[in-house]
Formats: sequence, C-alpha cells, structure tokens
Amino acid sequence: MVDPRLLPWIVLFAPFLASVLICLFSMKSPRLASGLAVAGILVSLAGSAALFLHHSAHGGLPAERSFPWIEIAGLSVDFGFLIDRLSLLMLLVVTGVGSCIFFYSVGYMKGDSSFPRYFASLSFFAFSMLGIVLANNFVMLFVFWELVAVSSYLLIGFWFEKPSAADAGNKAFIVNRVADFGFVLGIFYVWTLSGADGGARSFGFTHLESILPEFLAKGILAPTALVIASLLVFCGVIGKSAQFPLYIWLPDAMEGPTPVSALIHAATMVAAGVYLMSRCFFLVSGVPQALGWIAATGALTALLAAILAVAQNDIKKILAYSTISQLGYMVLALGLGSSTVAMYHLTTHAFFKALLFLGAGAVIHRLGTQDIWEMGALLKRMPVTAVTFLVGTLALCGLPPFSGFFSKDEILTLAHEHNRTLYVTALFTAFLTAFYMGRASWIAVLGPERKIKHAHGPSHGHGDRPRGEAPLVMLAPLVLLACLAAAGGFIGIPEFILGGHGHAAPLNLPVAVTSTVAALLGIAAATALFGKKGLSADPLARAPGKAYAFIVNKYYLDDLFSAIAGFFQNALAKILFWFDWNILIQKGVNGAAGATSRAASLMRRAQTGRVQDYATTFGFGFVVLAYFMLSKG
Amino acid sequence: MIGLHHYLVVSAILFSVGLVGMLTRRNILMILLSIELILNSANLSFVAFSAFLGDLSGQAVVFFTMIVAAAEVAVGLSLVILLYRRQHTTGVKAMETLKW
Repeated sequence: MVDPRLLPWIVLFAPFLASVLICLFSMKSPRLASGLAVAGILVSLAGSAALFLHHSAHGGLPAERSFPWIEIAGLSVDFGFLIDRLSLLMLLVVTGVGSCIFFYSVGYMKGDSSFPRYFASLSFFAFSMLGIVLANNFVMLFVFWELVAVSSYLLIGFWFEKPSAADAGNKAFIVNRVADFGFVLGIFYVWTLSGADGGARSFGFTHLESILPEFLAKGILAPTALVIASLLVFCGVIGKSAQFPLYIWLPDAMEGPTPVSALIHAATMVAAGVYLMSRCFFLVSGVPQALGWIAATGALTALLAAILAVAQNDIKKILAYSTISQLGYMVLALGLGSSTVAMYHLTTHAFFKALLFLGAGAVIHRLGTQDIWEMGALLKRMPVTAVTFLVGTLALCGLPPFSGFFSKDEILTLAHEHNRTLYVTALFTAFLTAFYMGRASWIAVLGPERKIKHAHGPSHGHGDRPRGEAPLVMLAPLVLLACLAAAGGFIGIPEFILGGHGHAAPLNLPVAVTSTVAALLGIAAATALFGKKGLSADPLARAPGKAYAFIVNKYYLDDLFSAIAGFFQNALAKILFWFDWNILIQKGVNGAAGATSRAASLMRRAQTGRVQDYATTFGFGFVVLAYFMLSKG
Repeated sequence: MIGLHHYLVVSAILFSVGLVGMLTRRNILMILLSIELILNSANLSFVAFSAFLGDLSGQAVVFFTMIVAAAEVAVGLSLVILLYRRQHTTGVKAMETLKW
C-alpha cells in the first residue's frame, strides 16, 4: 500500500508525466502516445480510488497538506492538497469519466495526423483539472484554472487548419479572460478581507472558511464586502461554467474533437466553476444578496440556453446548449444555498452528458456529419450507440429512474421551497429539455435514414467510412457510462458528500410528479411534431413571426458583443491611429528627420572649401587648446 | 642690453605677421611667403635659445628647417605654376571646389 500522503502527488502528476513523455519521446509514435496517456489517467484513477478507499476506511477527512510555494514579504502562497468529500467526489468523476474518454479517444482519433499531440494535450488537461480539484488555496486553484483554459484552447483549436476551429479557440480563451479578470480581483479582495482583524492574510480555503463567518458575526466585516467579493469570484464561474451572458464561447467550442467536447466542455472543465463555488461556498452562504444574484443567473442561463437548443440542427450544438442549460441548473442550486445538490447534479450530468457526447461522436465518426437532418435510423445501423444515446437522453430529460431525475428533482425541490419564479422557470426548462432532446432523438436516432449532403467531420482523408457499429474501444466507454447514467441516482452521491452530517432531502412527491409530467409533456410534444414519417424539414422553422429567427440567431447576443467590441475597438483604434500618425509619425519621426536636415543645412555653411578658413579655425582652435593646457599646468 | 626676451618678442611678431598674412592674403604666392616668415620666426627663437643656453643643437635644427623650407618652396612653387596654368590666376578664391 502506498503512503496515503503520496497519493495526491501521484494523482496529480501522473497525467502530467504522461503529457511530458509524449511531447519528448512519442510525437512520431501514435501507439506509444495513446498508451502513455491512457496509463497516466488510469494511474490517476487508481490513485483517486485508493484515496477514496483509504479515507472511507480510516476517516481522517478533511486532510490537508501544504508546502510553501511562493514567499514574498507579506505574501505567502502554498502548494497544497485539500482532500475532503468534495474533492474526493470530483477526483473520482474527473478520473473516472476521463478514463472512459481517453479510451474512447483512441478509437475516435485513430488515423489523425496529430494523434500524439491530441493525447499530450488531453493528458495536460487532466493534470490541470486535477490541480483545480486538489488545490487548497485560491492562488494555486487560479494557476490551474488558467492551465485548464490553455489546454481547452489547445484542444478546441486542435484542427487549427480549419479557420472556424482556430477562431473558436480564440473566442473561448478571450471570453474566459474577461471573466477571469473579475475572478482575480475577487481573489485579491478576499485576501484583503482575510486580514480585516489585523491578522495575517491568507488564500487558504480552510483558513478562510474558519475566519470569514466569524468576522461577519463579530461585525468586523460588512456583509456588502462579502457580497462584492463573492460576486467577483462568481465572475470566474460565469466564464468557465458558461453562464449568461458569457456562455457564447461554449457552443463554438464544439469545433474541437468530440471526445474533447465530452470531457472538457461537458463533463469536467465547465463544471469547474460549480466546483469552485462549492469549494468557497463559505463566501456566499451567509449573504443572501449574493445568493439571489447567483440563483437568478443560473435560472436565466438554464432557460435561455434550453430555448436556443430547440432551434439547433447540429447535434453537438444541441448538446452544447443543453450543457449550458444544465450548468445553469447547477448554479441555480448553488444560489438556492445547497452546494451538495449542485455537486450531485454535476456528477450525474458528467455521466449522462459525457455519454451523449460520446454517442454523438460515434455517430459522427461513422456518418461523417453533425447535422441531425442527415442522420436517422440509428437503431438499425448502430444499435448499441443508439440505445446508450437514448439512455443518456432519458437521464438528461430527468425521467425516473435515471440519474438525472434524482439530481434535477432535488434542485426543483429546493426551488419549490425558496422561490416560485425560479421554480416555474426551472420547471419550464425541464419541459424544454425534454422537448429538444426528444426532437434530436426523433430526428437523429429514431427517424428514417436520410441522405448525407456533404460529409465532413473528424476523420480527414478516410475516403470510405466503415459502416455499422463503432469499434469496441469506443463502445465499451459508452456502455459503462450508460450504466452510470442509468444508475447514478442509486449510488448514494449526496449521502457521500454530506458524509453523515445531515441527510439527503427526501423525495418531494408533488415536485417529483410535476417534473416528470413536465418531461413527459416535452417528449410528447416532440413526438407530435417530429415523430411523423417522412419529415425532411424542421416544422419549427415555419413558426409565425420573427421568434424562430431570433432564436436561430442566438438572441443576437454574439452580434451584440461583436458590435460592442467593434465599437470600442474602432474608437480606440481611431484615437490610437490619430496619435500614431500625427504625434508619433509626423511630429516624432518626420520631425526628428526635419530637424536633422535643417541643422545640417545650417552647419554645412562651415565647409567653405577655402584652405585659409580651415587654417584660421585650426589656428584659433590651437590657441584655445594651448591656453587651457598651459593655464592648467 | 639686448637679452633673450627681445629676440623672442621679435620672433613672436614675425610669427604673428606670418600667420595673419597666411590667413588673409588672397594670393597664393603671398601665402607661401607668409609661411616662410613663420618658419623663420621659429628659426629665430631656435637660435636665440641656442645662444642663451650655450647649446649648439638649436642651431643644428635651424639648418634642417632651412632645408625643409627650400624643399617646400620648390614643391609649393611648382604647384603654383600648375595651378596658374589650370585656372589662369594665383588667387585662392578660385580654389574652393571642396565647398559644400
């Protein structure tokens, strides 16, 4: 048995080592690269499992170990690991779902010319994500938070030869920088607040958790300060977890390879925001104003994204908007004051959304199209994939007894207890979720086989695609995730997080029935609209008025942002151009040249060409020199 | 009593006259003559110091100076002749092709 104190190191650095080794030795050898990457994540998974077993058997939670990392006068930052129920759960989710997706990637990316680079980036992502999970202070978390953004950028733009992929990578990175600006301010503000009683300031979560509520109770801190701090930290969540209005980067991020979308842009990275908020929940738990804003943001995001998902035709875009919507649910749960429920939904969502993405990926891999109007008859063509996809769909719709039902139901129950508006919004979102997933399922999976107009997709240069079911290395993760998505509600996740302190909310029967009815209504509506035979165009597009165009154009939010950015950018560019042209070029560069030229034309008069003039200068010069030399001695 | 100072003063006057002539004259022949004056003012102070210090090496240097002056005149005058052939004048105003 390995020393349990070593385990976090192993968990964190195994994928990093894999990534480095791939970069150093394996860029020419795809087989070795995938082997290294899979080995890295499996070691991580084993380490996480060992940690979990150790702490289940011996208790000792939370365990924290830290080492001095950065020491400047008045500022010290540790590199440390905080192992508690929250991080254990997240470790298992990241490494577990991650392992499935690493295996799947071996099949999905087969034959890609940059296969080793893919696995190097993916391993690097796993390292960064695990760093976020294990971090015991804000600064370390932020460093890994940014590393995650970098690996996300690398993987979104993996097929950078495609301009749209390169642009999507940039967009994701830039939007996140905007959000992280607020996050950094928040971190330093919290740091400042931690010294409010004149004591040493700290970034550490455990220390902050013990002192901040105390300060608040003693009146050393005004609640307003904590509201500002928590909302600034929440800015980071808005970016990373794709909340309104910064969710615009996530649908574009679907330009990356599908397993990347599954791992990073559905199961783990985008959930990092929710994890962060749960990690520093002590910031918001005592300040209702902050909670109100967070809940409102979550509910609004859930609703807006669900509406957008209805009008998408790209299967990955549908799933992307669905991810945003579900993240909205998690944030709503946070805002309603329960990080447990948020983490619960995060976990089940990781299972079923990874499953849905991998299923979609298998279809894209075989058919070479992402348009649901070019799929169909999948039950016949790819039965395993189709069935697992339907399991994921049902879990996402929140139908009992699938995992999504339980976690979503807890959120709805919370909303029901707190706020009627939020409850109705969440319920309507549940209806929409069932509707758009029903639409996707009826058209892409159950509907008749349709012609593929123009094949594109991940496998470049594979003239004839193999037909039928995906290879085993891709199917096995699908089946495994399908089992988790189906049974995730029964394995005691909320009980684990609470760990004996308190108990999971019992099933609220009226809410459960209402939400199930809402989901069934959604599916029924989708069946009525899209279950018809011989459907070849979207009946929603014929909807009266401009509503459909409004939704297809994503509420014009992207256009609004580019207009705003363009406006300020153009204004700034104009000012800078004026300054550059008039001050720097005309006055500076040309002015210096002109002055030199004028000075030269004055001084050239000295060159008369007459020997006598030179001799005169020489003579007088000599006299002056002689005077100085003689008078000195 | 005529002492070293008197010789040096005469030498300095000779030098100044030569210098002013060299710098102000417009005729190249006059400039050459002025240079001779300057050389001779130097010779005079050499001889004066030689007599004053009782050292003959000063007088020896004067002979060298005379030889150099003779050579200079030989070269200088031939240059003047060439110049006159080319520009039909001995005025230095014509010699300003090195002007800006």
